[in-house]
Amino acid sequence: MNKAEFLAQLRLRLNGLPEEDISERLLFYSEMIDDRMEEGLSEDEAVTAIGPVDVVAAQTIADSSLAKPGKEQAVPKRQQSTLGIVLLVLSSPIWLALLISFFAVVITLFAVLWSVVAVLWAVDITLLACSVAGIFGCFSLCSRGRILQGLAFGCAAPVLFGLFIYGIYFSKEATKAIAKLSVKLLSGLKRLFVKKRKEAEAQ
Amino acid sequence: MDAQLKRGLLDLCVLAAIKDEDSYGYKIIKDLKPYAELSESTLYTILKRLEAAEMLTVRTAEHDGRLRKYYHITAEGLQRIEEFRLDWEEMLKIHRFVTKEDKDL
Repeated sequence: MNKAEFLAQLRLRLNGLPEEDISERLLFYSEMIDDRMEEGLSEDEAVTAIGPVDVVAAQTIADSSLAKPGKEQAVPKRQQSTLGIVLLVLSSPIWLALLISFFAVVITLFAVLWSVVAVLWAVDITLLACSVAGIFGCFSLCSRGRILQGLAFGCAAPVLFGLFIYGIYFSKEATKAIAKLSVKLLSGLKRLFVKKRKEAEAQ
Repeated sequence: MDAQLKRGLLDLCVLAAIKDEDSYGYKIIKDLKPYAELSESTLYTILKRLEAAEMLTVRTAEHDGRLRKYYHITAEGLQRIEEFRLDWEEMLKIHRFVTKEDKDL
């Protein structure tokens, strides 16, 4: 690529910046290329040394918002934010769907975690109910003369009651662990969004 | 390095490059090369910023049948370098304090 081509392509890519700013920058790059050629580089090499047009243009646009305060700075900035809004609206079928599925996954995750807790407590209460029923069964069977079956019920009742006591501890620990996990997940989610907001402000 | 700090340091590098004699864009980039890798776009931005802050002035002179811009440091620019020297001494003091604290921990 020769100097004229490079400058013409750069001008095209800087479209949107103030005209005065563009011509001044092009003069600057032109001088840089000339100085490199004066040092012995060929026109092609001198242009290559400046860098690819796309990269130079991207850098220029990124830098130009820092160059001068006031009106000239506001132009590219406003354009960027308009573009940002348009892109946001246009891409909403994608990100909205992704966002909804993300929340659906999160809700499902919480539902699964807490259903584990619910199942554990249900099993525990069933154990208690069975041990109480075992005692009643023992008396009822014994009173009807079925001593052997009554004894079996009578033995099963304290075993089930023991399992119920263990079950309380187990369920309590599991509930605590899952509560902790939920808090961690929630704060993780919160951080995800707070960070995003900060990044957005920084931009 | 912190972006804000780096920006301030690059401003100072450019001021230092034109401190002793007027210089032009490509020469500034070459002179700074051992210390800071500077792209043309960044240099342009810095030069514009320093010009707006009246730390340097620009003149166009003919060179070899073409025009070239030369940058000249102003009293404000020289003062900025001096301020940096004083700031840096203060920062070194803080640096010594901070690193000493780190060792104690």
